[in-house]
Amino acid sequence: MRQPAGDPRRFRFDPMEITPALILNAVIAGLLIGGFYAAVSVGVSISFGMLDVVNIAHPAFILVGSYIAYIVNDRFGFDPILVSLVVSPLFFALGLGIYRVYYVCFERRGQESLRGLAFFFGILFITEVALVLIFGVDYRTASTAYTDTTLRLGGIDFPLRLVVPFAVSMAMVAGLQVFFTHTFFGRAVLAVAQDQLALRLMGVDPVRIKGLAFALSIATASVAGAFLIVIQPVQPSIGREYIGLVFAVCVLGGMGSIWGTLIGALVLGVAESFTSTFVGPSWAPAVSFGLLLATLAFRPSGILGR
Amino acid sequence: MSNRAFAAIAFAVAIAIAAASQLIGNEYFFVAAYTVLQFVILATAWNILGGYTGYVNFGSASFFAVGAYTSVALYNAFKAPLPVVIVAGTVTAGLVGLGVGYLTLRLRGVFFAIATLALSVVLYTFVVNWDYVGGARGAYIILPREGPFGLSRYIHLLYIAMVLMAAFALVIARAIETSTLGRGLAAIRDDELAAECSGVPTLRLKIFSTMVSCALMGMAGTTLPYFISYIEPSSAFSLSYAVNSIAMPLIGGMMSWMGPLIGAVLLGSVQQLVQVTVSSAWNLLIVGVLLVLFVTLAPNGIMGWVYAWRRRKER
Repeated sequence: MRQPAGDPRRFRFDPMEITPALILNAVIAGLLIGGFYAAVSVGVSISFGMLDVVNIAHPAFILVGSYIAYIVNDRFGFDPILVSLVVSPLFFALGLGIYRVYYVCFERRGQESLRGLAFFFGILFITEVALVLIFGVDYRTASTAYTDTTLRLGGIDFPLRLVVPFAVSMAMVAGLQVFFTHTFFGRAVLAVAQDQLALRLMGVDPVRIKGLAFALSIATASVAGAFLIVIQPVQPSIGREYIGLVFAVCVLGGMGSIWGTLIGALVLGVAESFTSTFVGPSWAPAVSFGLLLATLAFRPSGILGR
Repeated sequence: MSNRAFAAIAFAVAIAIAAASQLIGNEYFFVAAYTVLQFVILATAWNILGGYTGYVNFGSASFFAVGAYTSVALYNAFKAPLPVVIVAGTVTAGLVGLGVGYLTLRLRGVFFAIATLALSVVLYTFVVNWDYVGGARGAYIILPREGPFGLSRYIHLLYIAMVLMAAFALVIARAIETSTLGRGLAAIRDDELAAECSGVPTLRLKIFSTMVSCALMGMAGTTLPYFISYIEPSSAFSLSYAVNSIAMPLIGGMMSWMGPLIGAVLLGSVQQLVQVTVSSAWNLLIVGVLLVLFVTLAPNGIMGWVYAWRRRKER
C-alpha cells in the first residue's frame, strides 16, 4: 500500500547515517527514561516481588498520581514532583485500605490467584473509566521551570524534563534499598518475602508488615505519576501500556530485588530507545513484551534473581 | 445427559431462536442480540481456562482481535466467504494461544496472566504497524445490504451465525466439563502439585485448554469486521472485551457452563440498556464495579447462590 512521504512510520535509518554520536544519544536517552521506568516499577517490585500481591492495578494508581499533580499544577502552578511527595501519605493510606480488603476477601481464603487478580483488574478498569468520566480523553500536560530546557554536553542532549525525574528516581530507589536492608521494618518485609510462618513464630504479625509494605509500594506510585506527567502528556488509557512494562522490569531484574529492578529498568530503557531510533517509534511498546517473554522462557529468575 | 443429546438440544434451540427472531421487525434487536451472543461466546471461552483450570487470561480482547483481523486479511486477499473466515480466525487464535501457553504455562499461573496482559499491547502494536489490514487508519468491509438465502438484511445472517457459534461454544464447554479432561482441569485448579503427583499431565492439559479457550475467543471475533463494517485497532482491542469476558463468568458462576451463559445474558442485556439510555462510559463503569463487588462479596456468583439454595432445601 502506498504511504505518504512524510509518514513517520516509514521512517528508517540509512545504515550510513549511524554515527557514534547517534548511538551515544540513544544510550543516554534510554538510561534517562530507564530511570523513570525504575520509579514506575519499584512499587510492583515491592508488592509483587516481595509480598506476592500481584497488583496489576499499579499503573492505574500512577495515573491517579499524574492527575493529582496535573490539577495542582494547573491551578496553583506548583511543581508536580513536589506535589507528589506531599500527597504520597494519602496514597500510603489508600494502600493500607486496599491491602485490608485484599487480605480479608482473598488472601485469607486462599483465593488470591484467580479472584485476587480479577479484583485488581477491576480496580484498574474502574479507575481508568472514572478518569475518563472526570477528565475526558484529552491529553493533559504539566508545565515546570525545566520542561523546555535541554542541556547539550559534547553533542549529547540532556533534556531536563528527563534528567530531573531520573535524579529524583535514583534517590528514591537508593533510599528504598537502604530502607529495606538497614532498618528493622525493612528487614521484616524481606523476612515476609522469605518465610511468613517463621516470622509469625518470631512474634511478628506478617499481615501488618505486608499491609505497611504494600502501602509503601502505592506511595511510590504517587511520585512515579508526577514523573510521568513531567515527561509526557497523560491520558487515562496510557496506564495500560505500562502494565507489561512494569512486570517485564520486575521479572527481568529478578523478583523482589530493588537493585535488580533498577538494572532491569535501565536495560529496558536502552532497548526501547534503540528500537525507536533504529526501527521506528511505533515498535517501542513491543520491546518490553519481547524481553518479558524471553526472560520467562530462558531465565525466569531474572538478572539478579536467587 | 450425553454430550450428543446436549449438542442436539443446543443446536435445535439455536435454530429455533434464529427462526423465531425472523418474526421480529425491529432491526435494533439484531444488533443488540448479536452483541450479547458475542459476549456469551467470550465468557464461555474464558471460563474454559479461567473457571475450569484456574488460570486467568487478561488478553481476551487480543485473541478476539486476532480472529477479527484474520477476517480482514482474508477479505482483503480474496474476498473469502464467511464460513472460511470463521474457521481460519478460530484456528489462528488457537495457534497464538498455543504459542503463549507453551512459553508461559510452565511457570506459576500469574506469569501467564501477565503475559496475556502484555500480549494485548504487542498485538495492538503489530496491527497498528501492519498496513495490509489498514494499520492505525482502520479498514472498511463493504457488504451487500441484503443477505443471502432470502434474508432481508446482512445482519440477519451474522446474527444466525452468532447464534450457532454460541451454541457450539456451549457444547464444547460442557463436553470438556463432563469429560475426564474436565476432571483433570479441576484437579489442576484445586491443587496443581497434587494433580501432577497423581499422574495428571498438567502441562499438556493446561496448554490444551488454553488453546481451545483462545480459539473460541477468536471465533467470536471473526464476524466483527462484517458487523461493524469499519474496523480499527482500538475498537477491536477494546479493554471492554477483556473486562466483560472476566466479569461475566465471575458474576454468573465459574463452576459450570451455565454460569458464563447467565452472566453474559444478564450483564450483556443490562449494558445494552444502559448504553442506549445513559452512555457507554457509564456502562463500562457499571461492569467494573459489578466485577469488584461480586468478586469480593459473592465469589461463587449467581450459580453459587443457586447451589446454596438447593443445599438448604435438601436439609
